Amino acid sequence: MKIAIIQFGGSNCDLDVLHVLQDVVGVDAELVWYKEEDLSQYDGAVIPGGFSYGDYLRAGAIAARTPIMDAVKKMASEGKPIMGICNGFQVLTESKLLDGALTTNKYPKFRCETTYLKVENTDTPFTSKFKKGEIVNIPIAHMEGNFYADKNTLAKLNENEQIVFRYADINGNVTEDVNPNGSQENIAGIIDANRNVIGLMPHPERASEAILGSEDGIRMFKSMVDYIAKK
Amino acid sequence: MQYHAEVTIELKSGMLDPEGTTIKRALEHLGYQTESVATAKKYMIDLNAESADIARQKVDEMCQKLIANPIIHNYTIELGESK
Repeated sequence: MKIAIIQFGGSNCDLDVLHVLQDVVGVDAELVWYKEEDLSQYDGAVIPGGFSYGDYLRAGAIAARTPIMDAVKKMASEGKPIMGICNGFQVLTESKLLDGALTTNKYPKFRCETTYLKVENTDTPFTSKFKKGEIVNIPIAHMEGNFYADKNTLAKLNENEQIVFRYADINGNVTEDVNPNGSQENIAGIIDANRNVIGLMPHPERASEAILGSEDGIRMFKSMVDYIAKK
Repeated sequence: MQYHAEVTIELKSGMLDPEGTTIKRALEHLGYQTESVATAKKYMIDLNAESADIARQKVDEMCQKLIANPIIHNYTIELGESK
């Protein structure tokens, strides 16, 4: 089993994800530069956070149109698990692998802080190691994390249970007060209709070791690895 | 023939425009009351094409494929001959 970590000019959480996958989870993973057009040797992919292409045009817009994204789309169509974190989530919406768009935070400030998330769906390749309704502690760090989709899309996401994480308080209340960026319905992460492409603004790789204050994030990577192993 | 296109990208109505809201508030601090302030981005593109129609069609494709995000943006294209 081998997982690709997609690297664009301006990615900056690539090495953190590599460390977590290799050293903490103990799975074979490697960085793959955006010019690569063939990802057939990999069983899954992570698109890490950062500021690909300096967030020029729109966050994720340029990265979404690089050659490697055609290969990522091919992986997605084959049912391989793809996880986009932060800028990776923005890249996935810009590539149309996920619905909606991520726009400037309601209060237009870069927010880097602990957030609590309510796990809404555990029936995905990335959340099998969580309990439904569980509250987890995974931090955010972004300026363009305000999730927007039109009414019909939002209804469809709800109906198909594609909303995986929502911002909540420590007791699990999903309120406007704990919405860090103005996202519709406190959405922090969604999955595609085929349930193998997930995008989330919080950084699970920054909550994968006790020394970092939370180990909740590691369960996302472990869930993903388990899913690949059982396939 | 060389053409000059000016593409304006605006947020769709009803979308939050935090930058516009911040500028509106700053104007109030300076004593200017406004009904609303909205931001837009403009891109200036020079290109060669056989006709104005073809040039416009190309710029429209550019908008749809890259420059705008149809989920959140409206765009307008103004096209003329380059001077």
